[in-house]
Amino acid sequence: MSRVDNPRRAAAAARNRLLPEGRVGGPMPWVIAIMMFLTILAAAAGLGLANGLWTLRGELAGRSTVQLVEADRVVRDALAQRIATRLRALPAVAAVDIVPQSALADQLRPWLGEAADGTDLPVPALIDISVRPEASAQAMAEIRTALNRIAPQTRIEAHAAYLAPVERLMRSLMWLAALLVALMLVATGAVVMLAARGAHAANRATIDILHLMGATDVQVARLFQRRTALDALFGGALGLVTAAGAIMLLGDRLAATGSELTGLVHLPGWAWVILPLIPVGAVLLAMLTARTTVRRALERSL
Amino acid sequence: MDSKRAVRTAVFWGVSLSLMSTIIQFENVGLRYGPGAETLSDISFSLVTGGFYFLTGTSGAGKTSLLKLLYLAQRPSRGVLRLFGEDVVMLHRSRLPGFRRRIGVVFQDFRLVPHLSTYDNIALPLRVAGLGEDRIAEPVREMMEWVGLGDRADARPATLSGGEQQRVAIARAVIGRPDILVADEPTGNVDPDMAQRLIGLFEALNRLGTTIVIATHDLPLISTIAHAQMMRLDKGRLIDPTGSLRYPPGHAPAPVEEGRA
Ligand SMILES: Nc1ncnc2c1ncn2[C@@H]1O[C@H](COP(=O)(O)OP(=O)(O)OP(=O)(O)O)[C@@H](O)[C@H]1O
Ligand SMILES: [Mg+2]
Repeated sequence: MSRVDNPRRAAAAARNRLLPEGRVGGPMPWVIAIMMFLTILAAAAGLGLANGLWTLRGELAGRSTVQLVEADRVVRDALAQRIATRLRALPAVAAVDIVPQSALADQLRPWLGEAADGTDLPVPALIDISVRPEASAQAMAEIRTALNRIAPQTRIEAHAAYLAPVERLMRSLMWLAALLVALMLVATGAVVMLAARGAHAANRATIDILHLMGATDVQVARLFQRRTALDALFGGALGLVTAAGAIMLLGDRLAATGSELTGLVHLPGWAWVILPLIPVGAVLLAMLTARTTVRRALERSL
Repeated sequence: MDSKRAVRTAVFWGVSLSLMSTIIQFENVGLRYGPGAETLSDISFSLVTGGFYFLTGTSGAGKTSLLKLLYLAQRPSRGVLRLFGEDVVMLHRSRLPGFRRRIGVVFQDFRLVPHLSTYDNIALPLRVAGLGEDRIAEPVREMMEWVGLGDRADARPATLSGGEQQRVAIARAVIGRPDILVADEPTGNVDPDMAQRLIGLFEALNRLGTTIVIATHDLPLISTIAHAQMMRLDKGRLIDPTGSLRYPPGHAPAPVEEGRA
């Protein structure tokens, strides 16, 4: 007979038959798919933001701009040259660039129009400097002292300070995304718990029979665990595929804006290793939840 | 030579002792389902390994309740219940499956798993015991032939007649060759010929050493088993208050030694 052709497959089939509806059924796989879709989107947003933050910090770290306000253009240029020379001599300073007057005019033109090209406008001189990453606070103080000695009216401003509000926003959004992921996983666990309780109640008669034949709690719980794992696997895979599609589409749109800030937030390659771990974790969570839920229910019976 | 003989003697006495040993013991057992009067009161008796016992009594006397205690579906409210020499009242529930696997049960209401075929229902105890499919197919086929359901292997319980369902229930109870077989009205839905055939099945099992306990109203059936003993329940009490067993009329009492293993 076909039943004994392949004992292992027959045994698996027999186990699956013990509870009705061996295949994906009911709302649970679909609810899990929706949860996974949202969770993966939130996680992707969080990872993208984290990556953006990291890039931003890397780009801004050690960068400062020296501002020199001096009405007389000739004096201003001379002072700028002196400052640049002095700073280049400091060991902590990696690079010094006097921002050309023309570049400044380009930036001001949208506001000032043709006046930006005028030589009489008191435009400050800007000198971009990069400090070596290993520079100490003492080295920074040295830079300040050097600047003050040449021209007390100079101001030095770290780039990181300009973008601090943006960074704070990104950081908040990142933590929000992490919170969402955590909440979604809790909700997924709750859904599985409700489903397992329902399944246990619906199959009460069969479970009683199995029990009276000497089935252990572990044996009975394993039936539910296997069923739940299948449902969660289906939901997780569906959620992952749809979320991946949405993420790639969104990535394209984001890149198309061409904005530097939105361009910062993009999903790094390693994120595609992390994101599939979420449905895998969800499957494990679902199995564990189903098992503990059913075992706790079983422990109330004799 | 002598040592071999000694061993043989020891084995003989060991086997005899185990055959005569008490397998089921009730001591002042009471059962109360809820508030109100006890459903079973002061039940005391001992059953010997390999015995064949009938339990009779009017409807509502408490036969099913007593059997439920026996197959560990219910714990007694008071008293001592020993199975295989162990007190099962205080037993931790994690140890119950081990006991239940040694007890085959024919439920009064059959309790077949509705979505499983005849084959799968009968195979259930073997699967629960963890047997591989290759060790299941043969005995299940054989058992289906025995109860006359060889051609209904794939039928669901709902498509079987009452008598057929009962036979599936019996096949399921005996397939694991349990140490104790408990049957609640196992011949209630079959014709006399089939009843005789099923009793024959129980007898065959009994000859292999299984202790049989059958609740039934069918007095003529009882008289067909020569060595069977009978207990009568009335309103939740065993009629013979001394706790010794009554014998069906017309049969000489068998000795009731109560050796303890
Ligand atoms: N689960 C239960 N909860 C409350 N009362 C119960 C329960 N089961 C049985 N009873 C009561 O216990 C008494 C004995 O019932 P039981 O089923 O043991 O009788 P029985 O001798 O098997 O009867 P029958 O021959 O009709 O099967 C009855 O009065 C019944 O109402
Ligand atoms: Mg009854």
